[in-house]
Formats: sequence, C-alpha cells, structure tokens
Amino acid sequence: MKFRKFLNKNGTRSLLATLISILIGLIAGAITILLVGIFDQKLGLREAWKGIRLIFFGLFSDGVDKAGNLLFGFNTTNIGDMLFRATPIIMTGLSVSLAYKTGLFNIGASGQFLAGTTAALFLALKIPTTVVPAWIVWIIAFLGGMLAGALWGALPGLMKAFLNINEVLACIMTNWLAANIVTWVFEGSGLQCTEGTKTQVIWKTAHNGVSNPKFGLDKLLPGSSQVDGGIIIAIIFAVLVYILLTKTTLGYELKACGSNRHAARYAGIRDKRSIVLSMAIAGALAGLGGTLYYLSGTTEFHWQTYMALPGEGFTGIAVALLGACNPIANIFTGMFLSTLDVAGSKLSFFTEYNEYITDVIIAVIVYLSAFSLFIKLKITKWLKIKEPSKLGKPEEIKAPPAENTRKEGEA
Amino acid sequence: MSFLIQQTLIYAIPLMIVALAGVFAERSGIINLALEGIMIFGAFIGVLFVHLCQKYGVFTLIIQNGTTNWGTMQVFEILGMLVSAILGAVFALLLGFASIHLRADQTITGTSLNMLAPALVLFFVRLIANQEELRLYTGDAAEWFMIKKTMLGFAKDGGGFFVDTFLNRFFIATYVCILLFIVCSIILYKTKFGLRLRSCGENPQAAGSLGINVYKMRYLGVLISGALAGMGGFVYALTTSNCMANGDVAGFGFLALAVMIFGNWKPLNIAGAALLFGLFKCLAAGYASIDLNGDGVKLLEVLSKDPSWGKVLNPNFYRMLPYLISLIVLAFTSRKSRAPKAEGQPYDKGMR
Repeated sequence: MKFRKFLNKNGTRSLLATLISILIGLIAGAITILLVGIFDQKLGLREAWKGIRLIFFGLFSDGVDKAGNLLFGFNTTNIGDMLFRATPIIMTGLSVSLAYKTGLFNIGASGQFLAGTTAALFLALKIPTTVVPAWIVWIIAFLGGMLAGALWGALPGLMKAFLNINEVLACIMTNWLAANIVTWVFEGSGLQCTEGTKTQVIWKTAHNGVSNPKFGLDKLLPGSSQVDGGIIIAIIFAVLVYILLTKTTLGYELKACGSNRHAARYAGIRDKRSIVLSMAIAGALAGLGGTLYYLSGTTEFHWQTYMALPGEGFTGIAVALLGACNPIANIFTGMFLSTLDVAGSKLSFFTEYNEYITDVIIAVIVYLSAFSLFIKLKITKWLKIKEPSKLGKPEEIKAPPAENTRKEGEA
Repeated sequence: MSFLIQQTLIYAIPLMIVALAGVFAERSGIINLALEGIMIFGAFIGVLFVHLCQKYGVFTLIIQNGTTNWGTMQVFEILGMLVSAILGAVFALLLGFASIHLRADQTITGTSLNMLAPALVLFFVRLIANQEELRLYTGDAAEWFMIKKTMLGFAKDGGGFFVDTFLNRFFIATYVCILLFIVCSIILYKTKFGLRLRSCGENPQAAGSLGINVYKMRYLGVLISGALAGMGGFVYALTTSNCMANGDVAGFGFLALAVMIFGNWKPLNIAGAALLFGLFKCLAAGYASIDLNGDGVKLLEVLSKDPSWGKVLNPNFYRMLPYLISLIVLAFTSRKSRAPKAEGQPYDKGMR
C-alpha cells in the first residue's frame, strides 16, 4: 500500500512522465538511426547498431578496437567533459526556470549568454595579469559577466514593465542586438587569436593566465577532459535560486507577480520592479553560463556571430522545461542533456552518423514534455490510481504552488 | 533606387508571407511560435526538391540547344514552393496535434519544434551532402531561376524605371507570394470561412455553440499557417541565400512573429511592417552599393569609412538597425496592440 501512496504523489507521477518522455525520445532517435541505416546502403545495419548503442551508452564509450568494434567502459574523460558541458546549460536552464516561475518566458537567454561572455572575456583578457593577480582578474571577469547578463536581461524586463512590450518579442530583438554588438566589440579589440591560421577567434583566457578554479575536480576525474570548478559554482547557484524562489520574501513577490500582476499590485507588491528584477536575475544567470564556460581558459570563442545565436540559450529552455522549471531538477536535466551531447560527439567520431541526432532527441523530449500532463493522465489511468484533484487542467503547469496563494491574503 | 526597392522586396516578401502564416494560426487561437522551425524545414524541403531534380537529370531535359527554357524553370520553381508548402503543413501538424488534441502548452510545443527542425535538417544534410549545408547540385539559383528583362523581350538598356525595378532580375516567387498574400487576406476577412476561423480565436465557446467545429477550424488554421511558413522558408532560401539549406534562416521566423505583432494581426499593417523591416534589412546587407539620390556617390559607404562618422555608422550598426527600429516602433504601438482573445488557450468543449 505504501507503494501505492508513493505513486499517488504528484511529484512521483511528474517524474514518471518525464522519464517516459525521455525514453520515448531516445527510442525515436534510435528508430531514426535504424531507418537511415536501412535505407542508406553506405551505412547498413551494422553501423546502425553501433549508432543505437552509442545513443544509449555514449557516456561510457571507450573508443574502438582494431576491428572497428565499439568498446565500452568507465571513462573519466567522458564524465569530465559531460560535467564541463553541463555547466553553461545548467546556468541558462536556471535562467529560463526562474523567469518561467515568475510568469515570464525568457527566450533571450542566448543574448544574455553572449553579453556575459563578451564582458567576461573582455575583462579577463584586457586586465594585465602582470599588474593584477590572476585570481582578482578572475573575480572581476566573473562579476562583470554577471552584471552584463543582468543588464541585458533587464532590458526586455524594462520594456515589458513600462512599455507593455511582450517579453518574448523584446527578447528576440535583444538577442540579435547582442549578436551584433559582440562582433562590434571584438572586431577592433586586438584580442583576436593570432596563433596558426585561425580567424575570428578570441584568445583563450589561459593566454592571460586566467581560468576557473579547479576545486580538485581535475584530480578526481583524471584524463584529458576540460572539467573545472564551473560545475560546482553552477550547482551552488541552482541551490541559491531554489532558496530564493521558495524561502525568501523576494522570491515570493516575484512569483506572486508572475501569477497575477494586478492581484500582486493590489497586495502591495511593486509589480514593475518585480518584472524587471526577475528578468535581471534571469539574465545574470544566463550571463554567468557564458562566463563560466569561457573563463574555463580552454575554450575558444568565435566572435563573428551576427548570423547565428549560441545554442546554449535554447538548450537552456530544454533543460528548464524537462526539469519542470525546478532549479534542483535542472542540475540533473542539464547533466542528462550534456550526456546526450557527449554521446553525440562519440556518434560522429566513431560512426558515419553525426551529432545532430542528439538535438533531434532533445527536441522530441521537449515536445513530449509539453503534454506531460496528458502522459500523466495516461499513467494515472494505467495504474488505476484514484484521481486526486483538478488533474487535466492546463493551468496546472504554470501555477505556482498553492500554498503561496493562501499566504497572499495574510500579507 | 531600383536596387533599393528590389532588395527591400526580397527581404520583405518572406517576412510578409510568414507573418501572414502566423496570423492564420493565431486568429484560429493557436500561438505558432514554431514559424522559424517550419521555415527551416520548408527551406530544406524546397532545396532538396531542386537538388534531387538536378541530380536525376530532370533539368538537363529542359536545356535545349544549350539554352535553358526559362518558362519551364518557373514551373519548377512554383513546384518547389508547392512541395515545401505541403511538407511545411505536415510539419505544422505536430503543433496542431499537440496543442489541439492533447491540449499541450503551445509555447513549449512551438519551442520544441524550433529545436527539432534545425536538428533534423542538419542531420539529413550532413548525411546527404557530407557538410553543413545543402547546395544546388549544379549552378546557382540566379542562373537557373532568375528572370531578366531581356527574357521578357525588353532591350538591354530599354524599359525605363518601372521595368528595371519590377521586371528585371526578379524571381517569380516574389510575385506569387504577393498574389497569395492578397488572396489569403481576402479569404481571412471577406469570406464565411475566414469569419468562422477568426471567431475560433476570439471566443471558441461561442463559436462552438453556433455549430462551428472549433477543432476543425483550428486544424485548418495551423495547416494553412504551416503551408505558408514552409513556402516562405523556401522563398527565403531561394532569393536571399542562393538556394542553400543549412538549418538556419537567420531568425526570420522570429522576425516574422515580430512583424505580425506590430502589424497588429492585420494584413495591411503587416505588409507595411514587413516593408519597413525589409528596408532596414536591405540597408544592412547592401549599404555599400546603395546610391540614394542617383549622383553616383554611395553616401552610406562613404560615411562608414569616415574616421569620425564611421565609429557609429559602420556595418555593425546597419546590421543592428532592423532590430533597433522594430523595438522603437513597438514601444510606440504596443499599447494599442490587441491579440486574438483566445490565443494560447486550449479549447475544451465542456468549458462554457
């Protein structure tokens, strides 16, 4: 009976629905690979079978033997890379989650990511480490990236609060503005990498001796991965966002304003300030994503971006939605998506397929998570669980926890 | 001047038709955030169609005595548009199914389709072309599809301003799109079907009570939307990027969304907004070759090279202009903007 009760919990069924979405997504990817393998003579079934195994177990891929068969095993380089790639998307995921919880759809995480990246790289490379100690430069770059992201996030917030412009629209515009400003900033900055034949690449920050603290992770996960302390900082921020949203007055005000702006104002919450503030915090988080990623010291930044936006911003949406916009869940969904990312690079490395199939899988999972309520309903029917309350109402995804609305009367 | 008008049209037409695609969906009550994704998909399908036709020798049949029969090529261009429209509609069905039948969150569904399209396209493009972009099998778009005034029987230096601007070096797709835009606008505003569709976006319960099948109307809205957006994607690829599909339409789908909103969901305003946007896009792309007053001095290029003016009026600034201008315009018009009332709300027959 205890198991029944466990299943009856709303959270359990949400988790189950998410897991089912993930499974269906992975299967969809495997089927695509299989179909392509069957219809394409140069690939064949053998290649398809390799591809399918890599999709499910790519994280444990350990190269190929001489006959071309895949080897699997525990590989610390893969784990390290997974953690490293999870860092930026956990941060952008947190950004989207926080905005979503406060009633805003932050499609501008890409632009804020770029703003943070630009400021951080500029500061980290322009301040000479011969004069200022490297760790102080790191702190300045870190704060600079955060501030730039916050500023870039606050812009759509201001437009929404004072000019009534839809935040989705304002974010789209500021994204492209950011993409052009990046080019402008770096074009004449003298920071272009002059090593080899590379063009339009900025020096890695290690060039100036600035990089993220390692926190011993490189010792823990030996190998050639890029892992550093960024992931720890990301996890700390996830916890901070969780505390902000659930345990503080400010977080409560932001959420109240998101669920009903006018009611919040009636209760004495400054609604315009709240909107600007949530977008600014969301922007700071996304900006930090870029900051942490590029301050690793080992990542190159291609600056001519005016034709495209960085993918991290949109992957952040996937991270957030898959984790039902729960900051703690975002840590895990971020790691899951970067696991897929690692699997994708193994796929293009060891087979004739390419890494884009993992993006297909992620998209399918997000698509399914959009009607997770429907899946939840099916689970309920399938397990013959008694219907608790108001399941099936579309508002349920968006509404903040019910206890908040009760507190509102007291405030 | 004719260069300016032609280039503006080239950028404005895909925006216009895709914004209208957005209108069809939103007027029926479905937020179509997936316009970008559908465009990307449509562009891929259209380019693939042309690519395959070339690969299997269909086009070589058209070349007679060393010259291409340009009339037949136009038929192929329109066929390509048709194919991408049909598959665009099929792709949009994913949005329709989730948001109409499963009552999913339309913003999330749209976003997921925006991620799905480039991923799928790049996956297949890499498999087909072994690189990040799918190009034509031989030649380029202008060589195959562009109509020049000499083809229409005008002398090389004759015809005057009108012919130079509108009947020289153009793609038939541009005019097909303008025609479609007018026809679709009339359908939406002057027919029984259009009225019913719009009613589903304003008050679906009332519409349902009068015997209108809201589900059917919303499906039709999404399908028409997908067809127009898919076609718009192919037209974009054909006219601006030399018939190339690389899983990206430079944010045009999102820009179309913006055009739709500041066109206030009305066709005439949308046409105006798209032209404004196209003008600035054209400035960004071709500022160096625009001769504004016809005296042979290319003022914008001169300014961008000037040591003091060039700090601000440089290519980067021109590229930012479309977005800056639309934000400013939005700031002035957003108070009056009025979205369809029931957009984004799943229709539930029982809720009345």
